Amino acid sequence: MFSPANHRLLFLSGVVAALAFVPAEAKEVRAGSLLITGAWSRPTPKGAPAGIGYVTVRNVGSRTDRLLGASSPSAARTELHDMSFKDGVMQMRPVEGGIVIPAGRTVRLQPSGHHIMLIGPKRPFAIGRTVPITLRFEHAGPVQVAFDVRMAPGQANGTQHP
Amino acid sequence: MTIASLALAAGALSACGGPNNRQGGTGEDRKAAASASYGGSFTLVDQNGRTVTERDLIGKPSLIFFGFTFCPEVCPTTLLHISKWLKDLGSDGGKINAFYVTIDPQRDTQKQLEQYLTSFDPRIRGLTGTPAQIDQIAKAYRVYYKRVNLQNGDYVMDHSTMIYMIDARGRFAGPIGYGEPDEHVMPLLRDLLAGRKPKSRQPDPRTSIERS
Repeated sequence: MFSPANHRLLFLSGVVAALAFVPAEAKEVRAGSLLITGAWSRPTPKGAPAGIGYVTVRNVGSRTDRLLGASSPSAARTELHDMSFKDGVMQMRPVEGGIVIPAGRTVRLQPSGHHIMLIGPKRPFAIGRTVPITLRFEHAGPVQVAFDVRMAPGQANGTQHP
Repeated sequence: MTIASLALAAGALSACGGPNNRQGGTGEDRKAAASASYGGSFTLVDQNGRTVTERDLIGKPSLIFFGFTFCPEVCPTTLLHISKWLKDLGSDGGKINAFYVTIDPQRDTQKQLEQYLTSFDPRIRGLTGTPAQIDQIAKAYRVYYKRVNLQNGDYVMDHSTMIYMIDARGRFAGPIGYGEPDEHVMPLLRDLLAGRKPKSRQPDPRTSIERS
């Protein structure tokens, strides 16, 4: 275990690291007609009761698929949520009925939108590590994807906020 | 995050009730506070067990942000930004208070805040209290927050996301919106430190109130 001072250094060091962050060519996972890319997760503060995962799913097939849920050994519980800003107020809600991945379309789980909520992380998600998450699709079935733990691009210097 | 959503944030504030008349401080400070549309008396406790009241806002400018630790995106991102700003201010970083007030006191106990805040700049003071105490400061600052119970027995919190800039006399000096870039924020903080009115790029929420 890290001491509080070390933890602070490690967590905040992400701010510095992110200044030099260049999005890597995301690992691509193919599952049936789905191409899954850009899976990432934010580092979690110590004791944070929830982490978050984002991913891009492209459906190259001719049949609509649906992301029904997710699970991870790194968290006690995993849910699909939607986040929105309504009149400047942040709202977060579980997604009912899954996230539709229409044929021929790309669906992004991304900041301020749909995301995977990792409730009860077993340990803080640290920059440079990966969080294994199994995505469960209606047709493509279960797909295991490694989510890279990193800062949002541009987050540290604030020049971009997705 | 764009100007449009910042304007929305201002709009949300305008929808959250009238001015609060409970004011703190004495003499000039009290008069100054009475002229502000945000603020009022409160009593909370920080992550180290120290009591914090509206009197702690007098003497140094402050940033106040309302959030909760179950929030996976907006709150840790905002705390990382505040940490960076304090660092980038160099020695002036110590001349500004930074408060993180939980709107979820059920989960965010003093112990939880103590642990959570070890991940951020140690100058950030996390404040919690009883639900009534949180309600009091939220009303004073017209923070919108709402507990939403989920079917699985869990709950989430809706909340407004702006950072309040407070001058050294405890008066509201302007908002900083979620995701506002550092190059906008740093001049605001330097104005705040110098005792000048920060030239916020966001619409002043009070203007929206008058219009609505």
